Amino acid sequence: MTTMTTPRKRRFLGRKRAEDRAVEPEQARVETTTPETAPVDIAPNDPLLAYLQDDAVDIEALELDSPALRELKAAGVKLAVPLVSQGELIGVLNLGPRLSEQEYSSDDRKLLDDLAAQAAPALRIGQLVREQEAEAAMRQRFEQELEVAHLIQQHFLPKKLPDVPGWQIAAYYRPAREVGGDFYDVIPLPDGRIGFVVGDVTDKGVPAALIMSATRSLLRASAQRLIEPGLVLERLNDQMHPDMPEKMFVTCLYGVLDPSTGHLRFANAGHDVPYVKTANGIEEMRARGMPLGLMSGMTYEEKEMTLAPGDRVLLHSDGIAEAHDPDREMFGFPRLAQTMADVKPGQDLIQHVLTVLEAFIGPDAEQEDDITMVSLERALGGESAPAGDDDVLADFELESVAGNERMAIDQVEAALGGVGLKQTRLDNLKTAVGEATMNAMEHGNKYQADKPVHIRVLRDGDTVRVRVHDHGDVVELPEPETPDLEAKLAGTQKPRGWGMFLIEKLVDETHVTGEGGGHTLELVVRLEGGSDDHA
Amino acid sequence: MTTHELEVAVRQRNGVAVIDMTGDVNSSAEVALDTAYDEATANGTKDVALNFEDVDYINSTGIALIVGLLAKARKNDIGVRAFGLSEHYLGIFEITRLIDFMTITDDEDGAIGALERTSDA
Repeated sequence: MTTMTTPRKRRFLGRKRAEDRAVEPEQARVETTTPETAPVDIAPNDPLLAYLQDDAVDIEALELDSPALRELKAAGVKLAVPLVSQGELIGVLNLGPRLSEQEYSSDDRKLLDDLAAQAAPALRIGQLVREQEAEAAMRQRFEQELEVAHLIQQHFLPKKLPDVPGWQIAAYYRPAREVGGDFYDVIPLPDGRIGFVVGDVTDKGVPAALIMSATRSLLRASAQRLIEPGLVLERLNDQMHPDMPEKMFVTCLYGVLDPSTGHLRFANAGHDVPYVKTANGIEEMRARGMPLGLMSGMTYEEKEMTLAPGDRVLLHSDGIAEAHDPDREMFGFPRLAQTMADVKPGQDLIQHVLTVLEAFIGPDAEQEDDITMVSLERALGGESAPAGDDDVLADFELESVAGNERMAIDQVEAALGGVGLKQTRLDNLKTAVGEATMNAMEHGNKYQADKPVHIRVLRDGDTVRVRVHDHGDVVELPEPETPDLEAKLAGTQKPRGWGMFLIEKLVDETHVTGEGGGHTLELVVRLEGGSDDHA
Repeated sequence: MTTHELEVAVRQRNGVAVIDMTGDVNSSAEVALDTAYDEATANGTKDVALNFEDVDYINSTGIALIVGLLAKARKNDIGVRAFGLSEHYLGIFEITRLIDFMTITDDEDGAIGALERTSDA
């Protein structure tokens, strides 16, 4: 009996022309089968392939150093009939001995060759249909995986941002087709503080989405317990490192904002440096730190700043700076900083960045990576959130540079514009603020420019408080010597030493406290009552 | 508002050296004030009048400079007058008792007049 077998399985490479096989040996394998044995693979460099070009091959008579030939002989194959479609070997019919035990005649061979010539195209069509089905199934799996990644990511992004009086907090997230692992979060914390996060997981798809969701959950848990952003990242890194898959890590910026004062503390685990736009222009918010999950025992530098009314912060992911235009030029950080510098007061910062970015990359470009932004803006004017029962009328910092007390005076005066303080009392307070600022810069901060003077103007009912804070070592301040003009004129007392004396004479109350890494001098002036004749 | 370094000019009127000041009386005014005082008193003038009409800002260091100038003048038996102070800085001069050691008038004519009256006395 004659049996006819076709390849039981067909691999992609079977489609390769025989002469191409040496080029891609891994892929160019053709299987043959016999009824009794497993399929015989013909390696792409097997010399037998040179014989399987068109006509039936007498296996018994063939002498070659060919592993496939040895296998076929061992399996009792007598005749191998190549199945060739459009010049491409797509399979082989292996025939055992005739039942009559006679040799295959030339007529037999002719018949088999004709049969193979007609069967091969039909077989090829069958193979193509199977391949397409397999590819469709693979595509569907890929799409499903993308869908899962999207779902995970969407589920763990905040559905609603907290409403913070006096602040505009906005976020934007647009995933690339292959979800890139970006995330953001805005976390309400105890005491009304707000934590905010932007991060990026190295990797894409489901693995990145899972790491992102774990990071977000761990961070939320630590943020509720720890105040310092640097400690939060340190804890997060130590928790994540043992279980982090190889070659994966997470970059992450975490900050904590006190909305009542604009005070902002932040730490950075290797994430893109955010920008802050102040009256002085654009500044980078740099803080050193390694990405999360790479090494345990890392520490994270913590920085702080105070956002004045009108100041804006932009946190962003690399999908913006690393976007390309049609000529493959990168958008880049300088362009992002300039875009932020160009935004007008009242203009939506995120929308402005998106407009500029889209104009840069061109209308039909596919988004290369996730795009994520979080923006914080302190509202202008007296819309700030209250601190306790006080309205915060101004909150700002000044470098410790001689002459900057004039800026303190101007800003306090501007903040008190609408409170109805009589001119004489306002003038006295202005001089007191100038003196207090000079003291903070000179005696507290020793005129070190990097140690700022922090000034807050608060109003509670008919009372205005100006708090001037320095970063000097907290020591018991000596009681200032009461200036005696006669002694000074006589040369027995130095001409200087009027500052604190003037301050105490010019305002209703003063309070000095030494805490929070420096001294705070509080000047209290009441709108009504008290005497107007301080001066 | 930015700081304005003090500029000074000295002129004589009716035997009085008038020191016209423009700008801020703060630590950066020390050299200008010293120079002006020396110039004002170089030719034996016994009366100096400080013109504050164009001074917007005086801080505690500026007060100390005026105290120093006044101490020097007293040592040399030179009378010091001041005029053109705003109501606020007039108050500061009261708090510091500078007003007790110099004659303060609203304007220059008053200062010169006060001097003349003092001289007449």
